[in-house]
Amino acid sequence: MADTSNSWSSQQGMNQSAVINLSDVGEMEIVNDEGDQSDYETGFADSPKQDKNGKGVQEEARQRIGQHVTEMFWNAGKQQAKKAWSLYGNIDILRPYFNVEPHEVRARLLMSLIPQKPTNERQRVYRELYGPLMVIFTLIALLLFQMKTAEHKVEEGTLMGTAFGVCFTYWFGAAALVWFLAYVCNTRIAMLQILSMMGYSLVGHCLVLFLGTLIHTSHDHLFFYLLWAVIGGISALKMVCIVVSRTHGQSQRLIVCGAIVTLHLLFLLYLHFAYHQIVEDLSDTFNSDLQLKIEPANLQNKDVNEAVKKVTFSALHGAKQLVNSPAAEGLHKVVSKSVAGDIKHVVADQKAMLMGNQTKF
Amino acid sequence: MADVEFHDREIMNDVPLEGDITVPGLKTQYEDQEISTLDEPVRETIMRDVKAVGTKFWHVLYPKQSSSLLKEWDLWGPLILCVFLAMMLQGSTEELNKMRDGGPQFAEVFVIYWVGAVIVTLNIKLLGGNISFFQSICVLGYCVCPLAISLIICRIILIASQTTALFVVRFIIVVIAFGWSTFASTAFLTDCHPPNRKALAIYPIFLFYFVISWLIISHTHS
Repeated sequence: MADTSNSWSSQQGMNQSAVINLSDVGEMEIVNDEGDQSDYETGFADSPKQDKNGKGVQEEARQRIGQHVTEMFWNAGKQQAKKAWSLYGNIDILRPYFNVEPHEVRARLLMSLIPQKPTNERQRVYRELYGPLMVIFTLIALLLFQMKTAEHKVEEGTLMGTAFGVCFTYWFGAAALVWFLAYVCNTRIAMLQILSMMGYSLVGHCLVLFLGTLIHTSHDHLFFYLLWAVIGGISALKMVCIVVSRTHGQSQRLIVCGAIVTLHLLFLLYLHFAYHQIVEDLSDTFNSDLQLKIEPANLQNKDVNEAVKKVTFSALHGAKQLVNSPAAEGLHKVVSKSVAGDIKHVVADQKAMLMGNQTKF
Repeated sequence: MADVEFHDREIMNDVPLEGDITVPGLKTQYEDQEISTLDEPVRETIMRDVKAVGTKFWHVLYPKQSSSLLKEWDLWGPLILCVFLAMMLQGSTEELNKMRDGGPQFAEVFVIYWVGAVIVTLNIKLLGGNISFFQSICVLGYCVCPLAISLIICRIILIASQTTALFVVRFIIVVIAFGWSTFASTAFLTDCHPPNRKALAIYPIFLFYFVISWLIISHTHS
């Protein structure tokens, strides 16, 4: 409350510089108010003692309320500032989890894809957040890339927001669920270790998504399923090994490992199909379009074929009747051959043109 | 807490002093003696700030170890660049706007720019670098300048009908700008990184500029 007393004294000081020789503060205020409006001398003379009871009390109350309000605001502001400051100061709390060397991060990234056989000894899990965070940011960038190439549309919010939301929700949500299960099943693992483990395991997701977006070959997803099974499987197995080495009891192991593997592999499937579907839809519609356009062209070709055949046949018939000689037979063969060849050429040209148009699309 | 109280007391003590400035006799002397920025024309003030921003842009385009970007940070340059990028990357034609429900791209670019810079800065701080928050944001913001230039060139190229050769040209330009941005920002921030963890600090910067440059190259409609 040093602040209020300070302001009080300064106010008093100000007043004293304007009006001399007055000790009562309430009265001084009145004098000051009136003095502002009119002359100095009259203001001093017109301040009667009776005002002190009526107007003075009001004025004092007003002043007090004013003081209280400013105090309230000041305190609220102070608390806000304190909160912001402590938030910024909290960075220091996180700092130990970022205490890594580049070669350590590299080794851990590699190790997340190399499962170790569980023994009686507990496998080490690091309490580190730099690697997982960077892996997740990479995953977000890859998702953005995938969404853009798939022309993914978001009704509300942005692509960036969706990617951020999906990745961080999975990370925290899945880790919380696994932590709960681990707590129930008596696995010796801390929340931070789970976060770190699951974060590092997302390296597999990054690899699969990157390769799947880059090498988008056919419709049967065989390539993706292969990657999903191999890389996703390896990183899931790594986590399973860690959990198995830290849990006692078969059913407990089964529950925690089952939850982790299901979450891990389903998330990868979701990431692939939720934001990849549109590419397929596009190519499907594109293909059906192509067929629709080729069919009428084939029909047209048939019509032309038949018409030409009729014409040539009637012409040849007429010629046969006219000439009626064995030479006409030879002519018939030659002409029909050449006409058929021409028709073939025309059809091939038309098809080529159509294909060209399609590729331009 | 301590400095907050101190600040408050200072304000309170200043109150009578404020009255003194308006004393009529002193004013003319005051004007004559001191070079005050209070009295200068607005144009001069603005020009001085614009010049400061301009020199910083020049420092980014011609990166040599200079501390002016760090010492006198401002957020004008980053703001200008950010709004410029966001506006240029937005789908401009009516049809596209209809197709994409108003286009969230402005917000997208804006968020990527600022959130990305904040994340990179926090990462540097968490790794134990000694740099103030806004200094780092200033440097990261200004270093987008090469990418903004590449965006202008790409927009000019996009006016012509597109071929693979033109795409390759655009790609090369954006890649050069990306390298330039990353190089400039690491050159400015190199003293602030902890010496043995440079790779860890540079990776998020790399990712940040990579996303921005990828946004630029994927922007195909003019």
